[in-house]
Amino acid sequence: MNNIFVYLEIEDGIVSDVSLELLTKGRSLANELNCKLEALAAGYGLDQVGQQVFPYGVDVLHLADDKRLEPYTSLPHTSLLVKLFQEEKPQIAFMGATTIGRDLGPRVSSALFSGLTADCTSLEIGGYEDRKAGKTYENLLFQIRPAFGGNIVATIVNPDCRPQMATVREGVMKKEIVDPAYKGETRKLKVSDYVSDADFVVEVIERHIEKSKLNIKSAPIIVAGGYGVGSVENFKLLHELAAVLGGEVGASRAAVDAGLAEHERQIGQTGVTVRPKLYIACGISGQIQHIAGMQESAMVISINNDPRAPINAIADYNIIGNIEEVIPKMIKYYKKNSK
Amino acid sequence: MSFNIVVLAKQVPDTRNVGKDAMKADGTVNRGALPAIYNPEDLNALEQALRIKDKFPGTKVQVLTMGPARAAEIIRESLYRGADGGFLLSGREFAGSDTLATSYALACAIRKMGKIDMIICGRQAIDGDTAQVGPQVAEKLGLPQVTYAEEILKIEDGKITVKRRLERGVETVRCPFPMLLTVNASAANCRPRNAKLTLKYKRANTATERNSLEEDCGDFYKTHPHLNITEWGTADIDHEPEWLGLSGSPTKVKSIQNVVFTAKESKTLDASDNTIEELMKELIANHTIG
Ligand SMILES: Cc1cc2nc3c(=O)[nH]c(=O)nc-3n(C[C@H](O)[C@H](O)[C@H](O)COP(=O)(O)OP(=O)(O)OC[C@H]3O[C@@H](n4cnc5c(N)ncnc54)[C@H](O)[C@@H]3O)c2cc1C
Ligand SMILES: Nc1ncnc2c1ncn2[C@@H]1O[C@H](COP(=O)(O)O)[C@@H](O)[C@H]1O
Repeated sequence: MNNIFVYLEIEDGIVSDVSLELLTKGRSLANELNCKLEALAAGYGLDQVGQQVFPYGVDVLHLADDKRLEPYTSLPHTSLLVKLFQEEKPQIAFMGATTIGRDLGPRVSSALFSGLTADCTSLEIGGYEDRKAGKTYENLLFQIRPAFGGNIVATIVNPDCRPQMATVREGVMKKEIVDPAYKGETRKLKVSDYVSDADFVVEVIERHIEKSKLNIKSAPIIVAGGYGVGSVENFKLLHELAAVLGGEVGASRAAVDAGLAEHERQIGQTGVTVRPKLYIACGISGQIQHIAGMQESAMVISINNDPRAPINAIADYNIIGNIEEVIPKMIKYYKKNSK
Repeated sequence: MSFNIVVLAKQVPDTRNVGKDAMKADGTVNRGALPAIYNPEDLNALEQALRIKDKFPGTKVQVLTMGPARAAEIIRESLYRGADGGFLLSGREFAGSDTLATSYALACAIRKMGKIDMIICGRQAIDGDTAQVGPQVAEKLGLPQVTYAEEILKIEDGKITVKRRLERGVETVRCPFPMLLTVNASAANCRPRNAKLTLKYKRANTATERNSLEEDCGDFYKTHPHLNITEWGTADIDHEPEWLGLSGSPTKVKSIQNVVFTAKESKTLDASDNTIEELMKELIANHTIG
């Protein structure tokens, strides 16, 4: 009762990184709240899940193992979670802000009338005073995310409804094993008690899931382009620089919206979070939603023709100039001086 | 075969174009300076509905939007592109809604619209990027959902076959009607305004808009009912008042903080050949690159 739940995403029997990251966060919050960390795995052939997640400090693993639960469809996974949450009354529930988590989370929150905050960049525990209602609350989940309207961050709470639900993107939290020998308990659910036949109306006819060809998350060097890059032509310069340096190309949302780069390359609160050795921000102003996804880069170089661009505040080097001019020079002098 | 389709469309501030002139001195956005636009993926949603209408004559496409009086613009824009009608859900009781209260209000309004075969939404609204309202509406109405739709492949035997675009791949699913679909930006773009329809619907407006006009419309809207954009308030939908607006929103904003980035000790460089060459040498020397 009143524990922390994480919904596990599983592909081919492997628990996804985002779920392990959420377990790590969940474990530390559970320690703070003095409660248990529980996880739910729904799918088929889940024998290997326990050994993958217990080292992250899972106290109870609920297994819903049924052929019909794989691949994921919305209704049966919703029914499972809703019923399980009604029985177990968790205080907090996390899911990845993935295509699955963003399909499932809102349905569950709608059924249970519990608040859901998307794309949190930080999660903490704290108190809250509702002055209007004259009530104070202890130990609420602070769901922290950049808000639209400038460089502002909003802290969201769900004072009265349980569970307090949040989604987090892959890479935002760090995964960390707490104890390779951690002992948790496995509870097998009788799936037919949780889902009905009517939940299986949507059929998956075909499915091609590829390993992403892009590997922005683990690239040591990222050359990221923003709206200031201006054209697809200019974006090619970024690809060239990235290729020469052995890095990947990233983009701001404005660049993605303008069709200069693929969505997969978006870095930021609603894109990928990266921590490269070197981040070269080209024509990026540095709004908080973007910074949220790259601020932990070891070194940042900004190329911007506006000396007052906000990104300059967090950059180690600010090259004041036009990318059309600066990038070819970087390529030229890199080639000239490297071995 | 024909269908009754509701498209959910939202008017949003154009968060893609927060240029320098939209920023106030304190670093916050001057919302007034941002144009209010049709949420981009809701236009992709509208296009999917219009394509079904093209294929299945007799299909009725209606647009539902919840927002302030000026959101009637969304309905007009939809009419110009081929929608058959629209509803504006408006009132101060709806103010302060989070996604859950929004989806509750929209679900109540959809129930009021009679028998609906299909609800089509955008994947997400650009003012929050949450992508929650569609699935929440589906849950409230007890409907199956297909999210992230990129293309409708087929409609037959009371089922729709849809290609979904996922993070790392594609999936084809089949779902029976009635159902809810959310549409990705990677789906077909919306057709432009149709000149004839734009002329036809130019004077379409809500009673509220009419009342604020200088001229007296007389009987014009009585004799031209298709130009009347229906406006619904709380009195027009069956609902529990405490589920709307602030009281119907489980999430509360505890605080808003202005983030001041602690400036690093940064070096400002010019773009001259010499400077760039020195920088590259330094980065190579300290093994940042190379
Ligand atoms: C809910 C929500 C979620 C969001 N999520 C994300 C996210 O995940 N990632 C993200 O990036 N954004 C996100 N955003 C958008 C974010 O707020 C900004 O709008 C966006 O990051 C701006 O992108 P930009 O810096 O490329 O464009 P701009 O702000 O337009 O900046 C362009 C920059 O280029 C410079 N420039 C122009 N020409 C040149 C030139 N020739 N050479 C050099 N410099 C030049 C300009 O001085 C300027 O600084 C989100 C917004 C919302 C509302
Ligand atoms: N106020 C609203 N009026 C009509 N439709 C809405 C409204 N808010 C959200 N929607 C629909 O729900 C989708 C997802 O919105 P969101 O959950 O805010 O990202 C949008 O693309 C719209 O189709």
